[in-house]
Amino acid sequence: MVRLPYTTALTTLFSYGLLFVFGQLRDFFRKLLGWIRKPKDQLKGYAPICLGLEDFYVRRLYLRIQDCFGRPIASAPDSWFDVVERCSNDNNKTLHRTEKTSRCLNLGSYNYLGFAAADEYCTPRVIQSLKEYSASTCSTRVDGGTTKLHVELEELVARFVGKEAAILFGMGYVTNSALIPCIIGKGGLIISDSLNHNSIVNGARGSGATVRVFQHNTPSHLEEVLREQIAEGQPRTHRPWKKIIVIVEGIYSMEGELCKLPEIIAVCKKYKAYTYLDEAHSIGAVGKSGRGVCELLGVDPADVDIMMGTFTKSFGSCGGYIAASKEIIQYLKFSCPAHLYATSMSPPAVQQVISAIKVILGEDGSSRGAQKLARIRENSNFFRSELQKMGFEVLGDNDSPVMPIMLYNPAKIPAFSRECLRQNVAVVTVAFPATPLLLARARICISASHTREDLIKALENVAPLFIPTIFVSKGPELACWVQHFSSSQIVISKVGDLIGVKYFPAEPPKHLNQGHNKLE
Amino acid sequence: MALAMVNVTASVLDWVSSAFDAPTRAVVFGVPIDGHLVVEALLVVVILFQLTRKSYKPPKKPLTEKEIDELCDDWVPEPLTPQITEDMMYEPPTLESAAGPHAIVNGKEVVNFASANYLGLVGNEKITDSCVGALEKYGVGSCGPRGFYGTIDVHLDCEQKIAKFLGTPDSILYSYGISTIFSVIPAFCKKGDIIVADEGVHWAVQNGLYLSRSTVVYFKHNDMKSLENKLEEVTRRSKQPEKVRRYIVVEAIYQNSGQIAPLDEIVRLKEKYRFRIILDESHSFGVLGNSGRGLADHCGVPIEKIDIITAGMGNALATDGGFCTGSVRVVDHQRLSSSGYVFSASLPPYLASAAIAAVDYLEENPSVLSKLRTNIATLFNELSDVPGLVLASHILSPIVFLKLKKSTGTGKTDIDLLDSIAKQALEEDSVLIATTKRSSLDKCKLPIGLRLFVSASHSESDLLKAAASLKRVAASVIS
Repeated sequence: MVRLPYTTALTTLFSYGLLFVFGQLRDFFRKLLGWIRKPKDQLKGYAPICLGLEDFYVRRLYLRIQDCFGRPIASAPDSWFDVVERCSNDNNKTLHRTEKTSRCLNLGSYNYLGFAAADEYCTPRVIQSLKEYSASTCSTRVDGGTTKLHVELEELVARFVGKEAAILFGMGYVTNSALIPCIIGKGGLIISDSLNHNSIVNGARGSGATVRVFQHNTPSHLEEVLREQIAEGQPRTHRPWKKIIVIVEGIYSMEGELCKLPEIIAVCKKYKAYTYLDEAHSIGAVGKSGRGVCELLGVDPADVDIMMGTFTKSFGSCGGYIAASKEIIQYLKFSCPAHLYATSMSPPAVQQVISAIKVILGEDGSSRGAQKLARIRENSNFFRSELQKMGFEVLGDNDSPVMPIMLYNPAKIPAFSRECLRQNVAVVTVAFPATPLLLARARICISASHTREDLIKALENVAPLFIPTIFVSKGPELACWVQHFSSSQIVISKVGDLIGVKYFPAEPPKHLNQGHNKLE
Repeated sequence: MALAMVNVTASVLDWVSSAFDAPTRAVVFGVPIDGHLVVEALLVVVILFQLTRKSYKPPKKPLTEKEIDELCDDWVPEPLTPQITEDMMYEPPTLESAAGPHAIVNGKEVVNFASANYLGLVGNEKITDSCVGALEKYGVGSCGPRGFYGTIDVHLDCEQKIAKFLGTPDSILYSYGISTIFSVIPAFCKKGDIIVADEGVHWAVQNGLYLSRSTVVYFKHNDMKSLENKLEEVTRRSKQPEKVRRYIVVEAIYQNSGQIAPLDEIVRLKEKYRFRIILDESHSFGVLGNSGRGLADHCGVPIEKIDIITAGMGNALATDGGFCTGSVRVVDHQRLSSSGYVFSASLPPYLASAAIAAVDYLEENPSVLSKLRTNIATLFNELSDVPGLVLASHILSPIVFLKLKKSTGTGKTDIDLLDSIAKQALEEDSVLIATTKRSSLDKCKLPIGLRLFVSASHSESDLLKAAASLKRVAASVIS
């Protein structure tokens, strides 16, 4: 959890207050000017499409730093990519693309296992399936959109995840929002984690069931809420609930934390509630063989009732799946609107997932899958520990490839983002409304295709003093470091110092003491 | 008896008045204590005493831990899904080739009327080449939402291309067909707004209307009189026209019935009553109009009059995803407040480049539209006398919709009958037809039927074969 020191909270609130005041001043002048100019006749009698304060945040705060978001790229989102430069003539209100691009290190895309770019095993097969089945089936799954590839992938996913059967959807967002109304309706209770993703919130709202929230990742609070709700029953009528579903995520994308799955499953079993696990970020990225958070935390997949995941992050494709028992999947195939009304998943994307899973499982005949999994684990742990040693406030658990660095102040968001881009490192900064107002952060996503040279660091203000000691222990890496001055950790460390986001004291490196001992 | 009462009352009154008029008996602290002061002081004390007493509330007894334990033990949840019945075990036909006009199902070649491949672009060489180029350059997925390095230059090119093709200032791409409409509606309609929608809209629109939490009023399917009445009613009832946003939501070609909305009528009504239009053109983009620009082109309405146009690209353009177009304000607003755009990964780049190639093809070969129209007309003619089934779609709609002339009684038996017709047509005559399937969550009450999606690449013999097969099968099944 995030510990927000008082001084930081005060300064952040003050900054936002100042921005708000300036925004209101500008709005006032805009209204004045609007009075003076004549209103257009055709809009008379119509309410404006965005009323008053609804888009205040967008107009006055977001537009100032618009160039930090939505940066277009001109190549595959691999470990290094080309970011298109944009320029603005009217103070960031509109941005125009230029022809120039700059090659940057990618620390923002969800490319956990490195399948984002053309892969030697996957791409030829994808192209083959494109020629055979074409880019789209133009039809829903039940009409004429089921191909052999879809059937094969459903069996493969079920086998990979460890459940009896699976069903595919063309988009991860739709998987959640069209599925939850199918399995629960009025008279049911949904208990979801307070930091769940927007698709789950939408699905829960669309189902018509009552929704209660429990404190993020706190099984004891979940138990309290369950006991209270079962004892009270439905609101106002106090009839017993028809069913209760608890929805949690494997890795929370804004915190980088793993969910406390064994305890939550134990609580749910005790109170006979159903569990729904959203593994969008964790499938393929954690666990010894990539099977997700269940494998990592030692939970039997049979204990989770419904497991959901997406193919966008670790498999480099698009779409989502649900894995559960045969009866549930059969029922979903009969009544889930996303299966009955939506175009089926594009066949080349299906083939990409099939090939990616085969690589991960080692069924393609090589050990690339195991290497990728080991690399992403090493990379994440290494990067996280080094960042913490440098004094940054990094959230998240070990083994998770997502690491947010806290920024807090609104002015630090564009400063961090622009300065890193100037040094050719592309990072993602997140602010309100994706995170709470005071807790803006920069989020780093590590990939298996990042090499150690990319990540390696030397603290720039202590490294020159300890070249002899470092040289002995990390010879070849030092040579590479010397060449790659724009490697990411030097950059992040320098930028962090410039902006002042190192909220914790940096650990003195051990080499310092050894050096002193040697001298004495 | 009465006299005794009167006597008692009189004596009490005497006593009270004497207490009041009693002369000063004592002087306390310089204040003369008259008799009535004592009575008044007593009264004040009694009043204060009553005020300080708590009002009677029955004591609240919270449940003890043991009782909660018992309740939790007793509670039995329903199973997550209902019991699986026979008709839930439906397995759709599995294709073993591309979904073109001829496809391979179970090793046999069939004529495919179940894919909405209106322009025949499935398997087109140019599109496949552009996809291959995009796959080699960008890989398959885009690995991120649009705000976080998921915006690839092909997305921006595609948006500009579509906007230029339609003649609107800007457009925005979504990564999935049905998520387009159910993200657009909640982005513009909030609680308190008023929406007048057709009762035959498909599930994605209904879901969007539900998520927007606005007041929704339905009018009779494709009935302009009913629409006018509802607009009149709503305008009369609403109090603050300047603060409340009002929308009409219609589809250009309705998926559930094959009807076409009369856009010129709707625009006239919209201007009269000051509403905005949200038009879903999933099945009419690339089909209607002289150049395929959709319903506005077909009805001769200038495109600026339609406020928001959305479409899924999974039909005529033979790719996936969707787009929304309108004025600059409309499109910019969605970039931050449309949930399906902000919180979801972006469209895979090869599908965006397929969309660009498809629009290029449509611009260069407008003759494909007249071929499509001829095919639809031929099929329509042939199917006008199928025994037991009647045509319910518009004559220009590429979705040819056949419904039962007489319902067999219950919805379930109707579905079974239509399913058996489709199954026989597939097994005996190798013609793949789709029946409408309704989800239990769908609120649409329009009749179900058989749907044939006509494509420009169907040959005349395909159409005649399908018509002959349907006539034969329907005659044998419905009798």
